[in-house]
Amino acid sequence: MEKENINLSVDLGRGLVIENPVMTASGTFGYGPEFGDIVDLDRLGAIIVKGTTLAPRQGNAYPRMAETPSGMLNAVGLQNKGVDYFINHIYPTLDHIKSPIIVNVSGSQPDDYAEVCRRLMPLDRVKAVEINISCPNVKEGGMAFGTTAAGAQAVTDAARRAWDRHLMVKLSPNVTDITEIARAVEAKGADSVSLVNTFLGMAVDVERRRPVLSTITGGLSGPCIRPIAVRMVWQVAKAVGIPVVGLGGIASGRDALEFIMAGASAVEIGTANFVDPAATMRVLDEITGYCRRHGVRNLDELRGII
Amino acid sequence: MKYLLDFRLKEISHSSPDDAMLVLEATDPVKGRKALGEARPGQFVNIQVLRSHSTFLRRPISICDVDADRALLYLYVKNAGPSTAALCSAPVGETFSILMPLGNGFDFSHRPERPLLIAGGVGIAPMLLTAKEMNKAGIRPGILIGAVSADRLILTRELAEAGELFISTDDGSLGEKGFVSQHSALGRPWTDIYCCGPLPMMKSIASIAAGRDIPCQVSLENVMACGVGACLCCVEDTKEGNLCVCKEGPVFDTKRLKW
Ligand SMILES: Cc1cc2nc3c(=O)[nH]c(=O)nc-3n(C[C@H](O)[C@H](O)[C@H](O)COP(=O)(O)OP(=O)(O)OC[C@H]3O[C@@H](n4cnc5c(N)ncnc54)[C@H](O)[C@@H]3O)c2cc1C
Ligand SMILES: Cc1cc2nc3c(=O)[nH]c(=O)nc-3n(C[C@H](O)[C@H](O)[C@H](O)COP(=O)(O)O)c2cc1C
Ligand code: FES
Repeated sequence: MEKENINLSVDLGRGLVIENPVMTASGTFGYGPEFGDIVDLDRLGAIIVKGTTLAPRQGNAYPRMAETPSGMLNAVGLQNKGVDYFINHIYPTLDHIKSPIIVNVSGSQPDDYAEVCRRLMPLDRVKAVEINISCPNVKEGGMAFGTTAAGAQAVTDAARRAWDRHLMVKLSPNVTDITEIARAVEAKGADSVSLVNTFLGMAVDVERRRPVLSTITGGLSGPCIRPIAVRMVWQVAKAVGIPVVGLGGIASGRDALEFIMAGASAVEIGTANFVDPAATMRVLDEITGYCRRHGVRNLDELRGII
Repeated sequence: MKYLLDFRLKEISHSSPDDAMLVLEATDPVKGRKALGEARPGQFVNIQVLRSHSTFLRRPISICDVDADRALLYLYVKNAGPSTAALCSAPVGETFSILMPLGNGFDFSHRPERPLLIAGGVGIAPMLLTAKEMNKAGIRPGILIGAVSADRLILTRELAEAGELFISTDDGSLGEKGFVSQHSALGRPWTDIYCCGPLPMMKSIASIAAGRDIPCQVSLENVMACGVGACLCCVEDTKEGNLCVCKEGPVFDTKRLKW
C-alpha cells in the first residue's frame, strides 16, 4: 500500500486521526477480541465498543432479535456491565490492540452521559467517545434524546463539558429532519456526527399471533436501511461543517464508497459483521482495490463529490 | 480459537424426507484439520446459507461429528424453515462459509463415572461426537434417544457402538413407548446427565435430575446472530443475569438456569 501511495488516513479533528476510514459500529463487534481470531484488529480505523452506561444494565428480555428481509431488528436494550467494569476489567484486556478505541456512551439523563465521560477521561487509549443520543430520556417519558434538537443539545452539552478529546455524536434517524439535529449538536461542540443508528421497526409472528420481540418494537439495521442512511448522510454532510461518519447496512467496499461520495469522512460496519465476521477487512481491501483501479490516492478525491 | 473457513459439500444423505446428514470437507485442508481438531463436543458452527434468498443471518448448527485427519465436518440438519430446507437439499459440491468452533460444549473433564446422554430430535446430533470423545477418555456412557417413531431416529448404529443405547418412541415402534423422560433406563444410578433436545424435554429431564440430585447439563437453542458473544441477542435469563448462549453456552449446568 505504501508503495502505491494510497493514503486512506482520515483526520476527524481534535486529535482523532485514523489510519483508514473503516471502524466498527457499536454493539455489533463487542469490544473487539470477540473477532480477534478472524479480524486483524490493528488494521481497523478504530474500534467503537458496545454502548456503555453509568450503572450496569441487564437489557431487555429475550427474544431480542428478529431476522427481516436483508436485515434484522434488535432490542438488546444496552445490556452492559457499566463504565466502572469497562475501566477495570475490559479496557486492560484491550492493551494489545493498536487501533484507537472509541467508547459508545449511553444514558438516561444528561448527567449520566457526563459522568461516564468524566470517568473515561483518564484512559488515554480511548481517543474519542461516541455519544448515543438514541436512548430514552427518562425525564421526558422515555422519548429518545435524539428526536428533538433540545434533547440532543442537552446531552451533547453535558458530554462536551466532561470530555476534552474528540466528541462524536451518533444521530437517530427516527426524526423528520435529521439536519436540524445535526446542526444543533454541532452548535454545542460536537467534533463529528455519526449516522445512522437503527430505525424503529416491528415484526409479528403470525403463527403465534405475537410480536417477535419482547419489547414489541426494535431497531432495524442491515442492508435494508442503506439507501435511507446514504440519503441522510448526504443531507447532513451538506448541512454541517464538522466531519460526518456514515453507517447503515455497509457490507462491501462499494457500499462504503457510496457513503464517502455522499460526504462521509469515515464509515462504520455494523450488522455485516454477523453475516461475514471478516467484513471489516474485506471492506477495507475493497476500498483499497477501488482506489488502485481508479488511480485514487486520497479519499478526499471522492469525498462529498455528489 | 475461531476459524472462518469454506467447506465443500462432499456427501449428503437423508433418513427422512425433511432431514439430512451433511459431510463437508474443508477447502483448505491444513486450516480445516486445525479447526476440526479443536472442535469440542457440544460446540456448534455458524453457517452461511446463501442459496436461501430470504435468509440474511448465519445459522447455528451443532457439530455432529468431525474427522479432523480428513478435514471432514458432519452436520445433521432438520428442515425447520428456509435455511435448513436449503441445507437439506444442498447439491454436492456447494460451498459454505462456516465460522467454527463456537460455544463451550459439554464438560466431562471431571471424568463422570456413569454418565447418561439424553437426546431427542436434532438434539441427537451433538451426542455422537460427545459419546466418541467420552470413549477416548475411557468413559462408556449410557445414551437415551427418543423420536416420534422408529423411522425418525438417527445415528442409532454409531451411538450403539459408543455406549449402551436406550430408545424410546412416542408410538412404540422401537424401544419403549413414550417420551425419553418416561424411559425405565432413567431409573439406573447415573452420576451425570447430558441433555439436548426440545425445550419441554430438557426441562422435564432437568427436573428429574434435580429431584435425584444428579448434575445435569443441557444445550440451549436460543436464536442467534453473531455466534461469538458480540451482539447480545441470544441471552438466557439465568441466576447470574442475562448470559450469551453462544459464548457462555450453549451448554449450561441446570443449576445456573432459572428452570
Ligand atoms: C446452538 C444451536 C445448535 C443447533 N443445532 C442444530 C442442529 O444440529 N441441527 C439442526 O437442524 N438445527 C439446529 N439448530 C436450530 C437451527 O439453528 C434452526 O432450526 C435454524 O436456524 C432455522 O432456520 P431456518 O431459516 O431454516 O428457519 P426459520 O424460519 O428462520 O426459523 C425456524 C425456527 O428456528 C429457530 N431459529 C431461527 N433463526 C435462528 C437463529 N438465527 N438461531 C437459532 N435459531 C433460530 C427459531 O426458533 C425459528 O422459529 C441449532 C440451534 C442452536 C442455537
Ligand atoms: C445487536 C445490535 C446492538 C447495537 N447496539 C448499539 C449500541 O449499544 N449503541 C449504539 O449507538 N448503537 C448500537 N447499535 C446500532 C449500530 O451501531 C448501527 O448504528 C446500526 O446497526 C446501523 O448500522 P448497520 O446497518 O451497519 O448495522 C446496535 C445494533 C445492533 C444490530
Ligand atoms: S449470538 Fe451474538 S451474542 Fe450470542
